[in-house]
Amino acid sequence: MNAQGRVFKYGDNIDTDAIIPARHLNTTDIKDLASHCMEDIDDTFVNEVNEGDIIVALKNFGCGSSREHAPIAIKGAGISCVIAKSYARIFYRNAFNIGLPILECEEAADRIQAGDEVTVDFKSGKITNKTKNETYQAEPFPEFIQQIINCDGLVEYVKNKLK
Amino acid sequence: MGMTMTQKILAAHAGLKEVKSGQFIEIDLDLVLGNDITTPVAIKEFEKMGAKNIFDKDKVVVVFDHFVPAKDIKSAEQCKQSRCFCKEQNVTNFFDVGQMGIEHALLPEKGLVVAGETVIGADSHTCTYGALGAFSTGIGSTDMAAGMATGQVWLKVPSAIKFNVTGKLNKWVSGKDVILYIIGKIGVDGALYKSMEFAGEGLKELSMDARFTIANMAIEAGGKNGIFPVDEKTIEYIKEHSTKKFTIYEADEDAVYDEVIDIDLSALKSTVSFPHLPENTKSIDNVGDVKIDQVVIGSCTNGRIEDMRVAAEILKGHKVHPDVRTIIIPATQAIYKQCMTEGLAEIFIDAGAVISTPTCGPCLGGYMGILAEGERALATTNRNFIGRMGHPGSEVYLASPAVAAATAISGKIEDPNNI
Repeated sequence: MNAQGRVFKYGDNIDTDAIIPARHLNTTDIKDLASHCMEDIDDTFVNEVNEGDIIVALKNFGCGSSREHAPIAIKGAGISCVIAKSYARIFYRNAFNIGLPILECEEAADRIQAGDEVTVDFKSGKITNKTKNETYQAEPFPEFIQQIINCDGLVEYVKNKLK
Repeated sequence: MGMTMTQKILAAHAGLKEVKSGQFIEIDLDLVLGNDITTPVAIKEFEKMGAKNIFDKDKVVVVFDHFVPAKDIKSAEQCKQSRCFCKEQNVTNFFDVGQMGIEHALLPEKGLVVAGETVIGADSHTCTYGALGAFSTGIGSTDMAAGMATGQVWLKVPSAIKFNVTGKLNKWVSGKDVILYIIGKIGVDGALYKSMEFAGEGLKELSMDARFTIANMAIEAGGKNGIFPVDEKTIEYIKEHSTKKFTIYEADEDAVYDEVIDIDLSALKSTVSFPHLPENTKSIDNVGDVKIDQVVIGSCTNGRIEDMRVAAEILKGHKVHPDVRTIIIPATQAIYKQCMTEGLAEIFIDAGAVISTPTCGPCLGGYMGILAEGERALATTNRNFIGRMGHPGSEVYLASPAVAAATAISGKIEDPNNI
């Protein structure tokens, strides 16, 4: 599986209130949630994002609340993958659980800029910045996480377990 | 190699003799928790998993607390969905309006969590129950669904930071100041993926309510959990609130920690987190002149009876500043009632504050005190991110109930010693 898209770049500690403000948590509708993604810190995101685009951020992405609405809103907006230096732990597990691919890569997070065209090979963890003509190597996934990824999220994993 | 207190609870619940940090395990759960905004997502996933019944009707807890009494039609629909699910599944511990309270104040009060247990909750502040010597952590809705279906959760065994606590808190300095100080020191990702294990002589000086406040905000340092050793105060609290059997786990003498941080309680001052991160802390003597439009005293962090008593002690005989809307939210029905029987409610109303039914409401910008552009709130809540309590151009300052009450009177961020 691969991802390819244009980059939206954010900084440190992007919190779940920034990703999806709590005032919109009165719905579980994916399109509804996606239509408010990032609105308090970047009101252009929703209008400019295209299917397949990529979010790149610095450290502790997704800190704050446990709301799964955050990765759901990102995925619903068409984002194919998030690359950051590190993730807040609940966001990290939520992303894998719902099947939103995320990668940890310090170098990519530092080097990639807003608007860069980037491709990601999930299997090898190779990130290619076509704009800058650079490549970066993401941290490999732990084996257990790879199992969840192979199931495309926790739902299938549990389904198999319940059988 | 020795295990930390957290690792010992996890090993026991994974059926393993030993666990090591970084190891992936699946553990048995004693409790799975959800609220009115995370349960609806979990129900969807639960159905997708093909699950028919929850694993144990006594071990799933659903509390309506974020947007109830329903703030709008959409919230009412979400409540209706969760209410139907709880009835269909015969969930024993379902708390609707009239019974509900803010979940992390309610569960200990109802005796639903005791020492040695494992709890996951689809709410990040589930880490609160570490105060009781339990392993508890926040997870998302799909994890909640999996927990309801299987009674298990997957976890990466955390390493730990040990906080060695000594000394005694000064007047008006509280558990909130301890945890804000720690977050200011280590940062909002200072304990990322880790346990925050509290230890030391100073802990005996901390009340259970103070410990709940400290464990509650472990997530604000990125922690997986915050946990306190079980002592006489813990046992007394558990026996008063619960008939459940409890198990005491202790860290091994030779447990390995990533870091040991010494905290001298007697050196701490009232602490305020400035916008827009909990790590932006200043001690009260360095806050400068910050005018405040709204004060909120409540939340899963500071809506307990001790918090109410401190606020009342300061507000007694005073009027809140005419420019400060002061909103006081006892966290549960029992605390609300206690505020009435102890005369605290009368003090609040006479001071010109309003008292709300239990709700998370303003803490997450839901309702019951939303800020307009350019407005500033000082709140005893736990997050001050951009737009957290309303307009993205508003600001939230985090502090203790004592500082909040003093600020309500003064109209600017105030040291309670000046009242």
